[in-house]
Amino acid sequence: MIQFALKRLGVAVLVALTVSILSFSMIYLSGDPAIALAGEGASEEDIENVRRVYGFERPIIVQYGDWLLRALQGNLGHSNYLKADVASVVFERLPTTMILGASALIFALVLSIPLGVLAAIRPNSMIDRFALTVAMIGQAMPSFWFALTLILWFGINWRLLPISGTASWQNFVMPSIALGYYVTPAVMRLTRAGMLEVLSSDYIRTARAKGLRPMTVLFKHALRNAIIPVVSLSAVQFGFMLGGSIVIETIFAINGLGFLVWESILRADLPMMQAIVLVLSIIYILLTFLADLLNGFLDPRIRVS
Amino acid sequence: MTDATKSPSVPQGGSILSSGLDDVLEPSPGSLMRKRVFGHTGLVIGGGVLLIIFLMAVLAPVISPGDPYDQDLSRKLIPPIWHDSDKVTWDHPLGTDLLGRDYMTRLFYGARISLLIGFAAMLISGVIGTTLGVLAGYFGGKVDMVVNFIITTRLSMPVVLVALAVVSLVGSSLTVVIWVLGLLIWDRFAVVMRSATQQVRGLDFVAAAQSLGCSTRRIILSEIMPNIANHLIVIATIEMAHAILLEAALSFLGLGVQPPDPSWGLMIAEAKGMIFFDAWTITIPGIALFALVLSINLLGDGMRDVTAPENRN
Amino acid sequence: MSNKILEVQDLTIDIPTPSGTLHAVQKVSIHVDRGETLCIVGESGCGKSLTSLAIMDLLPKKAMRTATRLELAGESVFEIGERRMSDIRGNRMSMIFQEPMTSLNPAYTIGDQLTEALRRHRKVSRSEARDRAVFLLEKVGITAAASRLGQYPHQLSGGLRQRVMIAMALMCGPDLIIADEPTTALDVTIQAQILHLLAELQREFNMGLILITHDLGVVARIADRVAVMYAGQIVETGSAAQIFSAPAHPYTRGLLACIPIPGKTERGAHLGAIPGIVPSLVGKMSGCHFASRCPEVQQNCTSAPIPQFEALDPGRSVRCLQAENAAMRSAGQEGVA
Repeated sequence: MIQFALKRLGVAVLVALTVSILSFSMIYLSGDPAIALAGEGASEEDIENVRRVYGFERPIIVQYGDWLLRALQGNLGHSNYLKADVASVVFERLPTTMILGASALIFALVLSIPLGVLAAIRPNSMIDRFALTVAMIGQAMPSFWFALTLILWFGINWRLLPISGTASWQNFVMPSIALGYYVTPAVMRLTRAGMLEVLSSDYIRTARAKGLRPMTVLFKHALRNAIIPVVSLSAVQFGFMLGGSIVIETIFAINGLGFLVWESILRADLPMMQAIVLVLSIIYILLTFLADLLNGFLDPRIRVS
Repeated sequence: MTDATKSPSVPQGGSILSSGLDDVLEPSPGSLMRKRVFGHTGLVIGGGVLLIIFLMAVLAPVISPGDPYDQDLSRKLIPPIWHDSDKVTWDHPLGTDLLGRDYMTRLFYGARISLLIGFAAMLISGVIGTTLGVLAGYFGGKVDMVVNFIITTRLSMPVVLVALAVVSLVGSSLTVVIWVLGLLIWDRFAVVMRSATQQVRGLDFVAAAQSLGCSTRRIILSEIMPNIANHLIVIATIEMAHAILLEAALSFLGLGVQPPDPSWGLMIAEAKGMIFFDAWTITIPGIALFALVLSINLLGDGMRDVTAPENRN
Repeated sequence: MSNKILEVQDLTIDIPTPSGTLHAVQKVSIHVDRGETLCIVGESGCGKSLTSLAIMDLLPKKAMRTATRLELAGESVFEIGERRMSDIRGNRMSMIFQEPMTSLNPAYTIGDQLTEALRRHRKVSRSEARDRAVFLLEKVGITAAASRLGQYPHQLSGGLRQRVMIAMALMCGPDLIIADEPTTALDVTIQAQILHLLAELQREFNMGLILITHDLGVVARIADRVAVMYAGQIVETGSAAQIFSAPAHPYTRGLLACIPIPGKTERGAHLGAIPGIVPSLVGKMSGCHFASRCPEVQQNCTSAPIPQFEALDPGRSVRCLQAENAAMRSAGQEGVA
């Protein structure tokens, strides 16, 4: 188990390093970052100034090393636009996005796991068809349009829920549904497929041959095994949702990372963009690493080797 | 495997007479396939809707009631004809937008953009992902490790975020959006093609081709590719739908297709402010997007069922 | 009190398929006495595994089961509902499956999987269940039994897992054990050990044992009685001695001709093989199922309705028109003499 964890950790660190290179070099996509940073209508002198302040005249490899070293110490640079330290702004906004992501994931799991299990118990039944329809619709519905439709009905027509801001928990209801609904199909399909496979396995037959009660067979013997891949998928989907939070936070005016990155992109705040891409990627890498560990813990074949 | 699942595969042989007749009356593979295709509700509906949208896009200049860029503020925000309002007119069956442009026309032209971006991005990502996946699956070992690492790295960067950032830095245009999406969404192709290749690679006919001294290139192209093509088609539909949704999201956030071009995502973004009084401006392009993506997904699922019926469930 | 542990009469299993109904098992009647081993022999697909699953009421949902009688120790267990049936399964009759590698749940320890059956059917404490599990693991020849309880299935070899499966089947002290090809997936050397163990335990606990196999060598070693199945029907039953010394059905003779006998079978001589293929069981059938492969086939074999069981000696029956004629001829000769 420890060997397994160390191996995964090694891969995670390598991926994180690669991601850091990619996020760092992103700002060179625009050509000369100094021009982009100086803003429109900047004089040659201003640009030269920016170039010197940011150290763009140095070799790229030195710039990267310097940037990485400072990033590791928690210094993600300075936002000229906000006149603030990037790291402190990012970590101030991060909790909101995490809360949104977590509640969206909970919504998705609560909806999709029972539905997937029921669909697998009775394949081709009404409930199975209903579940597949939910999945089909979920996959095809643009999340921003779904969010606007929610606002239209629950916020405007029926006035049940607040449509923007983060003042209370009610503010998170619609965003969580809009964000979570998008990942529901994948989780549901995987639960259904996993349960179908497990339910037709030999050890389920053994459990039934022992005379165990149907509920024991279903929950203790079947779900326990079918849920293992769902755990990894949930981590992956949580990562996707952090990315997807850009759209949802923008629509619901939620002051999280997604909203911040959108604003930063619109005003070409390069250090902020760089930092958020890096932070979200690292969070994703951490999540998948934790999911791997959890998988190892849930699956004795990995845990006890 | 229980006896129950084995027995149906036992060849006919009970009566010499009946087995002879069965051979004669057995439908041809082509007619069997037609029967399966047209017997599959999802496939028929998906294919039908997609065909309609495709025709809308191709015939847009012919069937559109107006010009997609023709503004006229005097006739702005006319509601669609089913609305109970004295402004409605058959000149604009789906109404007009904030700038008085005919909504139906913009919807037709928007279909062109969605289909173009979806198809082109799918093509680019398909080439990248399939190449990586097949190489990893065929060679295994170090190649596999490297490809896996590339896939993991790609997956750890959020698509929407990276796409937005890159588009904003490079500058937004149709071509840029296509390339950015194509370069970002190849991961599923790679993952699926990798495992499909691994499976096929272990089969006897590949070993046979190797023992005959066929070149690696030939084995991959003529032994492996035909056998993983059905997976490829299914992933292609999924990724085309994915690319269409992403384009819409980028355009909605103002960093995809730029005004005045009529992208459905952009139409929804422009209509966002009208949600309180003219919600149909949001609903109509949303339903169009939903129908397009749903039809592509139905088509993909249907093709999976039809080409590999034993893989259902 | 009758000594019969299990009595099955006219068990029929139909499975609907897209091309018609598959008559997987047709009017199978068997019985097992206390302390007796019945072997059901036949090639794969003949319906022997389905028969065993049908007795346990563990058939796949789409399979339809009918029977005129299905009694465990004189008490009907046919269509008594899942709740009552689950009280019986693992308790009064248990089953050992073919695949020890996949028949244990990978997520739970051996100890957990052993004790849960006992704790489901009997009011016993955790430690009592644990003691019983250790006792039985030792019985099935597993060393360091107590320490095995904490292990997971993947830590055990196939042979050990099958021993665990046997111990699991014995947890509640059943009247009847059904073993469906319990040794097929194992190494040859281990096969003999497991069979020996099964036979020994059956004697010790005086249970009924149904052993399903395609291996006549296995049958010869441990069967008291044998039922030979072909294409969903029992074609011949009798004591093991009768079947091996005087097989009455051409199919049984064919099967026996397939076994090489050391010393008797000459080097390089052809081993027996039964030409032809098993008939499809889909749709309406007529005549003898074996007719298309039978070396002794006569005209009336294919036209007549399916030949019925005819008793030859007490406890012995065969489903063959020619055997019936032969029996009648010999009876006639006896009459003349």
